[in-house]
Amino acid sequence: MIPAPFDYARPTTVAEVLQAVASGGEDVKILAGGQSLIPVMRLRLAAPETVVDLGGVAELRGVREEEDAIVIGAMTTHSDVLSDPLIAANAPLIAEATATVADRQVRHLGTFGGALAHADPAGDLPAVALALDAEFVLVGPGGRRTVAAGDFFVDYLTTALQEGELLVEVRIPTLAGRWGMHYEKFNRVAQAWSIVAVAAAVRTENGHIAEARIGLTNMGPTPLRAAAVEAALAGVDATDEAIASAAAHAAEGTSPSSDLNAQADYRRHLAQVLTRRAVRAAAGL
Amino acid sequence: MTQISVRVDGVNYTDDVEPRTLLVHYLREQLGKVGTVVGCDTSNCGACTVHLDGEAVKSCSVLAVQADGRAVTTIEGIAQDDGSLHPMQKAFHEQHGLQCGFCTPGMIMAAIDLVHDNPDPSEHEVREGIEGNLCRCTGYQNIVRAVQAAAADMRGAAHATATEPAGAPA
Ligand SMILES: Cc1cc2nc3c(=O)[nH]c(=O)nc-3n(C[C@H](O)[C@H](O)[C@H](O)COP(=O)(O)OP(=O)(O)OC[C@H]3O[C@@H](n4cnc5c(N)ncnc54)[C@H](O)[C@@H]3O)c2cc1C
Ligand code: FES
Ligand code: FES
Repeated sequence: MIPAPFDYARPTTVAEVLQAVASGGEDVKILAGGQSLIPVMRLRLAAPETVVDLGGVAELRGVREEEDAIVIGAMTTHSDVLSDPLIAANAPLIAEATATVADRQVRHLGTFGGALAHADPAGDLPAVALALDAEFVLVGPGGRRTVAAGDFFVDYLTTALQEGELLVEVRIPTLAGRWGMHYEKFNRVAQAWSIVAVAAAVRTENGHIAEARIGLTNMGPTPLRAAAVEAALAGVDATDEAIASAAAHAAEGTSPSSDLNAQADYRRHLAQVLTRRAVRAAAGL
Repeated sequence: MTQISVRVDGVNYTDDVEPRTLLVHYLREQLGKVGTVVGCDTSNCGACTVHLDGEAVKSCSVLAVQADGRAVTTIEGIAQDDGSLHPMQKAFHEQHGLQCGFCTPGMIMAAIDLVHDNPDPSEHEVREGIEGNLCRCTGYQNIVRAVQAAAADMRGAAHATATEPAGAPA
């Protein structure tokens, strides 16, 4: 099927985007890479009146360094992320997870911001953003505001983005100390979405784990932090036994769904196994 | 209607399109470039792969208006002007990298993109690199062989033009 007819706007600045969204009528959709939106429009699950294409807005694409963060523009593509030296140096977790997203064709068009704004529970980047305490910079008719990752993901495919608001960039706070990171994704076939995945960032100090941040993909309608695992890891020696016993808490407080790929109890089991693997790798074992 | 200017296989076109026109339909129906095929139509199979500014994309999931001002290369644009095949086409032919041939245009365009990024891919890297392309006939074995053979050929050609004076021994 082809999409239903729509009006098309291709602004070149953020100010023009806001204008185009405001004057686009009842149902306006923002188009980033289109790798989720175009299939949805082809299935006629979305039939917007106006599509506002961000593809011409140069200021939204690219990665820069600030004093206390690296800042990733919403329109930075997955393949830009994979070759970016700032991300490789400061937040390798993002590159590692991005490498598992879809296939090279989709990664050439799909964007960092689009994947976060889409907020698919099986999407790989939301849990990573949550584990890294990312901050989301949104611009709308009411001005500019910054939302913490924990407040950005509200529900299934639902974020804190209000009507007429745009995600412009994501700030990844710079980490002090010695951090290791790993993304552990479980799926069955090439190019597939995560059945469950775990994003781990671990700070080690003299052989013990000083601090751990664990994000869970597809263990509920939104990405989650495995708070019980984080608490159990704080201060323990970085040994297989200590990590395994902490990882046994990974499914606490989660509400995974049952679907064609897996039952909820299997997802709970996977969360524990994958958390153990992710933390081991992040701690350098 | 929206006016777009696109360079396709080295030729400039300016056309009016409906914004909802998908790039693959523009290529096939408006330009007659039927070498690019539609398999699944839902961004999964990769049969419709073309290059947009040199990077592989699935043309069933791109709007023609998104290609405005950009260059598209299809399977019809990769052979030499004298008709001799691109090394990737030649390798698919020689290594039996196809049976029915339906996946082949997309496979070849994805594989060329892979070899541009990684001139000497291992078997595993080829399999990962073409994960977005499905083949229902071959079982992939000969496709992987073809991509590796073409990569070697393309390395040789790049080497010859970049570093060797004409006629020097390899
Ligand atoms: C075959 C296939 C396999 C895939 N596999 C995976 C996978 O394994 N893991 C994974 O994580 N993802 C996967 N994806 C999804 C991919 O990561 C998409 O790129 C991503 O979900 C959407 O990014 P996009 O830039 O294409 O956004 P679009 O499709 O353009 O937009 C998605 C949604 O977000 C909104 N939006 C986009 N940008 C903004 C913005 N700046 N501000 C406000 N709203 C915005 C749009 O309005 C739309 O509702 C897959 C996609 C395909 C087609
Ligand atoms: S036809 Fe485009 S991916 Fe299958
Ligand atoms: S040769 Fe028939 S689908 Fe690949």
